[in-house]
Amino acid sequence: MISTMECAVDAQSLISMSLMKIHNSRTQRGGIKLHKNLLVSYVLRNARQVYIKEKYAEIYRMQQYEEVMTVCNEIQELNPLDLDAEDTDDEEQTRAACCGEEASLCDAACQRGAAQPEAHARTASALLSGCPIEDGGKEPEPSDYRSCCMEASPLSHFDQFPALQDRHCNKTTVLDLDTHVVTTVENGYLYQDCCCDALQCGQGAQSPAKKRKVEFGCCISEVEEISDFTAARKRAKREDCSYSNPEYTDTSNISNLISIFGSGFSGLLSRQTDLEQICSKQALASLGAWTRAIVAF
Amino acid sequence: MVHVFLSLPPSPPLYLSLSLSPADIISTVEFNHTGELLATGDKGGRVVIFQREPESKTEPFSQGEYNVYSTFQSHEPEFDYLKSLEIEEKINKIRWLPQQNAAQFLLSTNDKTIKLWKVSERDKRPEGYNLKDEEGRIKDICTVTSLQVPVLKPMDLMVEVSPRRVFANAHTYHVNSISVNSDYETYMSADDLRINLWHLDITDRSFNIVDIKPANMEDLTEVITAAEFHPHHCNLFVYSSSKGTLRLCDMREAALCDKHSKLSDVKFSHSGRYLLTRDYLTAKVWDLNMESKPLETYQVHDYLRSKLCSLYENDCIFDKFECAWNGSDSVIMTGAYNNFFRMFDRNTKRDVTLEASRESSKPRAVLKPRRVCAAGGKRRKDDISVDSLDFTKKILHTAWHPTENIIAIAATNNLYIFQDKLNSEMH
Repeated sequence: MISTMECAVDAQSLISMSLMKIHNSRTQRGGIKLHKNLLVSYVLRNARQVYIKEKYAEIYRMQQYEEVMTVCNEIQELNPLDLDAEDTDDEEQTRAACCGEEASLCDAACQRGAAQPEAHARTASALLSGCPIEDGGKEPEPSDYRSCCMEASPLSHFDQFPALQDRHCNKTTVLDLDTHVVTTVENGYLYQDCCCDALQCGQGAQSPAKKRKVEFGCCISEVEEISDFTAARKRAKREDCSYSNPEYTDTSNISNLISIFGSGFSGLLSRQTDLEQICSKQALASLGAWTRAIVAF
Repeated sequence: MVHVFLSLPPSPPLYLSLSLSPADIISTVEFNHTGELLATGDKGGRVVIFQREPESKTEPFSQGEYNVYSTFQSHEPEFDYLKSLEIEEKINKIRWLPQQNAAQFLLSTNDKTIKLWKVSERDKRPEGYNLKDEEGRIKDICTVTSLQVPVLKPMDLMVEVSPRRVFANAHTYHVNSISVNSDYETYMSADDLRINLWHLDITDRSFNIVDIKPANMEDLTEVITAAEFHPHHCNLFVYSSSKGTLRLCDMREAALCDKHSKLSDVKFSHSGRYLLTRDYLTAKVWDLNMESKPLETYQVHDYLRSKLCSLYENDCIFDKFECAWNGSDSVIMTGAYNNFFRMFDRNTKRDVTLEASRESSKPRAVLKPRRVCAAGGKRRKDDISVDSLDFTKKILHTAWHPTENIIAIAATNNLYIFQDKLNSEMH
């Protein structure tokens, strides 16, 4: 029996299902079935494209939110009446406001282990709507912030960031002076790598140079660890980026596997080539940018 | 009018296996050219041939029943030491050769090797040898005092099956189709990426007539899913690819003619004028002269469209359903889930869903049409809802008698044979 609840349009579950099928096929009696594996690889690629596209959209919204907050900060700072007396208070307030949001995000992230089984039961549209910008005070589901690379990276990576582990709020926001990209590292997992760069390029660098208050000092060591980490993940990210397909604007297309199996896929390969070139440039750009990144908050 | 089918005797049901051993799962079903013989292959590499009993003179209105005629082990599991791969013994396809003498010939194939089997009857045996006694022991020469000529005496019918040819080592990938040419001298075998042409008498070489393997396997985008010779034109054949193309090939001109579809099976009509294709949700009839689109499209189980994600999870979406024409090319048949199978009448545009189950297969029982109601739809009594379908019970292999309305349905490890009620009543 197949219940309607099981049929969740979840790109992430399709990815893990496909990987499981590919793995199982290697031990199947009679050898690998070429046709079946070809179909599974197509589903896998398309699911990853949808997943990354969702991430792009979400990160873009996060970026918009942070820009709004930055503008608010600037307005507060520039107000001559408040400048002397309430300067510190405002800073703390805005920080508290930001951290308040971030804390709620982090709490949610920290609880990701508990909420994991729910992830498979939700549709892709729920992933998108979990963003705090759209839903006010709604606490987003932890898997919202799980990037593609989180699937592959084991929990041992957590050990690389003992400082982060100890912090209640395991979130680091980084400002890149070269590309003016704000990137967030949460729980040791990076999820705004070249995606942000793509948005930056795609949006025409409309976001102004950020004039946030920054903190130096002890956070620099974390940046170095992060750069090592991103170097390791860069390759996986590039592969993920290369499968972006603007054709799948509607994530419910994933449920229409007939269209996946039936379409010619002839355009898929050429699109991949183009996107590979774009993403590899971005990856290289972000690699250089990391060495000059400045940690904020 | 839509034919009414009833279950063909005898009881107990044919080929019934009480254990659910995977080796008993039927993997192919094929009538011979007269419909007198029905061959089935299973996952364990066995072939079982059923023969239709001649109509009884005492009961002129009863049709012949199919009884087991012969059983033999066609393929055994093998091991490819170079690739460290086990080669499954599962019989992927059986094709009968047209009968040219007293013996019957069939081709059976697993993933790698095609074999030609001779099926012959022996109902006489020689008796009266000089040098051997009745049990076959060599006689002491001293006891032989006179010579006699051995004579043929009748004996109980014995069916002998012997391998005549073994066509091996020609396929790197898994063989999915074989098809005998109308010249009765050659046949082709198709695997995922190549199609080879063989002469029935020559086993040590074959000609490669189609090769879609890319230079770099990383560029692989499609595989061959089925191939068949035209029933009359020995130079024409068709093959389907997973990418959605139907290619009609002329071996004389090396010409290709593309149609676009999504295919798991392809069958020429008996007339040779139409093609029947089956993809996961539909069956389509194509006119060979019309390339742009199919002539007719039949929705087999469109209610599954909303379940595709689950069907991917449980691997059902990879099921390859076969399809079949009736003798006059007016009705097409294909299988579905929950042991349902469907027939579509091309002329009246009516269709029916029937179930192959033990309850409905008591001898002479009339099959009751079934209905699947979509989720949320208006439900009548006896309707099955989509959520109640049993996806482990699938009918992938069906066959239609070449001239009469008798159908063979393979449901996992059971074989059901049904015949048209009209046939049995109107003669």
